[in-house]
Amino acid sequence: MSDLHRQSVTQLALGLRARRFSSVELVGACLARIEASQAALNAFVTVTREQALAAAAQADRLLAAGGGGPLTGVPIAHKDLFCTRGVRTSCGSRMLDNFVSPYDATVVAKLQAAGAISLGKTNMDEFAMGSSNETSFYGPVRNPWNPALVPGGSSGGSAAAVAARLVPGATGTDTGGSIRQPAALCGITGMKATYGRVSRHGMVAFASSLDQAGTLAPSAADCALLLREMAGFDERDSTSVDTPVPDYVAALEQPLAGLKIGLLREFFDTGLDPEYERCVREALKVYVGLGAKLTEVSLPSLPLSVPVYYVVAPAECSSNLARFDGVRFGHRCENPRDLTDLYRRSRGEGFGAEVKRRVMTGTYVLSAGYYDAYYLKAQRVRALINADFIRAFKEVDVLMGPTTPTPAFALGAKTADPITMYLNDIYTIGANLAGLPAASVPCGFVQDLPVGLQIVGPHFAEARVLSAAHALQRATDWHTRVPEAYA
Amino acid sequence: MSAWETVIGLEIHAQLATRSKIFSGSATAYGAPPNAQANLVDLGYPGVLPVLNAEAVRMAVKLGLAINAQVAPHSVFARKNYFYPDLPKGYQISQYELPIVAKGAIDIVLEDGTVKRVGITRAHLEEDAGKSLHEGLPGVTGIDLNRAGTALVEIVSEPELRSAKEAVAYMKKVHTLVRYLGICDGNMQEGSFRCDANVSVRRSGSEKFGTRAEIKNLNSFRFVERAINYEVERQIELLESGGQVVQETRLYDPDKGETRSMRSKEEANDYRYFPDPDLLPVALDAAFIESVRATLPELPDQKAARFSRDYGLSPYDAGVLTASRELADYYEAVVAAVPKEPKLAANWVMGELAAALNRDNLEIGSGKLPAPRLAGLLARIVDQTISGKIAKEVFEAMWAQGADADPIIESKGLRQITDSGAIERVIDEVMVKNPGQLAEYRAGKDKLFGFFVGQVMKATGGKANPAQLNELLKKKLSG
Repeated sequence: MSDLHRQSVTQLALGLRARRFSSVELVGACLARIEASQAALNAFVTVTREQALAAAAQADRLLAAGGGGPLTGVPIAHKDLFCTRGVRTSCGSRMLDNFVSPYDATVVAKLQAAGAISLGKTNMDEFAMGSSNETSFYGPVRNPWNPALVPGGSSGGSAAAVAARLVPGATGTDTGGSIRQPAALCGITGMKATYGRVSRHGMVAFASSLDQAGTLAPSAADCALLLREMAGFDERDSTSVDTPVPDYVAALEQPLAGLKIGLLREFFDTGLDPEYERCVREALKVYVGLGAKLTEVSLPSLPLSVPVYYVVAPAECSSNLARFDGVRFGHRCENPRDLTDLYRRSRGEGFGAEVKRRVMTGTYVLSAGYYDAYYLKAQRVRALINADFIRAFKEVDVLMGPTTPTPAFALGAKTADPITMYLNDIYTIGANLAGLPAASVPCGFVQDLPVGLQIVGPHFAEARVLSAAHALQRATDWHTRVPEAYA
Repeated sequence: MSAWETVIGLEIHAQLATRSKIFSGSATAYGAPPNAQANLVDLGYPGVLPVLNAEAVRMAVKLGLAINAQVAPHSVFARKNYFYPDLPKGYQISQYELPIVAKGAIDIVLEDGTVKRVGITRAHLEEDAGKSLHEGLPGVTGIDLNRAGTALVEIVSEPELRSAKEAVAYMKKVHTLVRYLGICDGNMQEGSFRCDANVSVRRSGSEKFGTRAEIKNLNSFRFVERAINYEVERQIELLESGGQVVQETRLYDPDKGETRSMRSKEEANDYRYFPDPDLLPVALDAAFIESVRATLPELPDQKAARFSRDYGLSPYDAGVLTASRELADYYEAVVAAVPKEPKLAANWVMGELAAALNRDNLEIGSGKLPAPRLAGLLARIVDQTISGKIAKEVFEAMWAQGADADPIIESKGLRQITDSGAIERVIDEVMVKNPGQLAEYRAGKDKLFGFFVGQVMKATGGKANPAQLNELLKKKLSG
């Protein structure tokens, strides 16, 4: 049973159903790995050992009685910005260090209803603002491939936990690349759904028009299974879309022959590491070998993604984070002198530097006299980027390119210069601005560090993106590689 | 003519009569214990999202149609950002650039009887804030979020009102309208209907607006009138003594009868409005708008015109009787029972009944004197069982006892005397008792006729039928 951690979500669900091992055994093994790795990786903010074991025992009873759902007894972990009833939901921030959510996010409730067992809450950049997991109040997460390096962010805890096989799958959120970038840097598969596909209810907001949930797991097949259970319309989220969720698992084996792949010219720019590019191009050759057709496409507005994003996202965040005022929940300063003092010190003490930077940026771009020049203009450019994508998808079925410009970088390497850090999301932000489904799949190694191929599909074409990713994973084994220390 | 012209625009906040809040399922009933009607959405908890209440949209559309405004096929909710303890999210969800209703108008009747059309710039949907509580909480401030998230429609007039009286007439008209439409209970004590007044003055004949002050949160017609009058006087005095009006927000203190500065323009918030990404734009198609139009009741102006036309009432009386739907319904119920006497009914409803209600501080809908009961009294005037004068006495007894007219007329023996023989007998007695006056009358002093009428009425306790009495008396006196 020592290889349980090497099994996929799909295999584990089948094994549990066949009673080859119990959920208590499996959950116990995962908890042991989490606890053993915590000092080195810091992937978790909260581990819910007792609750998880109790849920596992209940899952075993259910399975013994022949009951259960598609994920009954399978352990997972949630990024710590999904609200979990009775469990601290910190968002990686001192502001919410004391916040125990009174309700479950829809994603949490749906995965629980499918039978999944949450082992705890994974570390993340504070309020999902960061690309390296270094902005967390709980300290940085380390990359399982090399503890001197960052795992990426903001879903860095989820990515590291899956890469180190502490859990077979985890949830994440992606506002500008926060699932795909850490997935690429940690050598796993990350899938962000179409904006509106997964409910945002209970997902603490960073930038409401960009935030979208998704999955992190070793393979596209695992992501398909988890996403199928997470997705769907939710009347508590007005931006969720009421269209049926296809069976992503059943759609995985769609034939690839004839798939038209658009190569994003703008992504193969001077900022891209040449070795990284070589890996991506190797993966594209695999697709050609499987019968896909490659064409180069250009999205002329796409290079404006980063500046547009750093107007829109901070603007929304400055407003979304206003509720953290020390009045009703979260951090409150000691002995406030008056109301202004309460606001100033509670927020000053509760938020970290990166959050403050974005709140200030956002406040600035929405201010009288600047709104038109920044926010409004950014929204216009955003519409152009969206139009570029829509035009491209008239020619091709999916778009492909690198997920990030470089493999994982060293802790502290980019913290001094926010712009350098922001540029790490240069290839991922476009899909958020256009609300498109996008995945990152492992496609090789550069100096023993994993790199990712990004696959972007048209709106609600998750099945197509996942089946394309799955086709690569049937032909290659990059996604099965595990860091030696966690093998 | 005054050297100064007053310019007023009102922003009326009407709380919509939805059962639940505009973006959450919490109840909206007034008077619950603090925070008993605040769920996680109202509390602004992390991760929760607003979901628009369709009923609030329907009510705003109703208003738009009733004021002949443009109902926007596409309107957008925006966030108005500012920090305040009773504003849980740190922003209020409102509408800014694209409101649901734009460019309407309301007609008001001025004191001299002329009709003035007041333009309505816009009406938009928004959520209310909570309340800060200080009473009984020494050293701390309590927050009650029961009201937070309650649906409001803010109705913004053009700066076309020219006096406090006009402002009140306009506000009353809007009050009447929202209650007709059933979209607001109009309860001003509970804050369901309140307004902010933008007030400025300018030299008569000047085209340019003066600097305005905004008086916040006026929740009675009387306060609106007093606050505006005070503010106008203050501004004129300031300008005439060489000073300048500062653009600022002011509060009216009803105890002192004055307005006080709350914050200046420099201290004003930059609200950083932007479209709320949590809510989709509100898209309304023509079919929906028409389906709402089909639910519109007869509106006050239409009803008043019909009252004038069908009942022969003056525009003034028609206006008074249609000021509320309850009053108009009451009046029509009375008229239905005495269909030939709509003016008599109007006089009684606006006269005795209104006075009695006013005296006892009751509303028309209180049920104190149901319409059929008043109609029963009027029927006795019409069939000459009692005179109008006696009817007032009967009315007072009905009001006091909560009884019908007939038993009171019977038990008090107030039935009019219509028996000619009986009246003649009384006349004879009076003539015998007053031989001097009789002689003078017969000598040509016609004025004494009234004296004899009085004497007979006195002797019959006012019950003699006046027409019959006149006729018989004339005959007898002339011998």
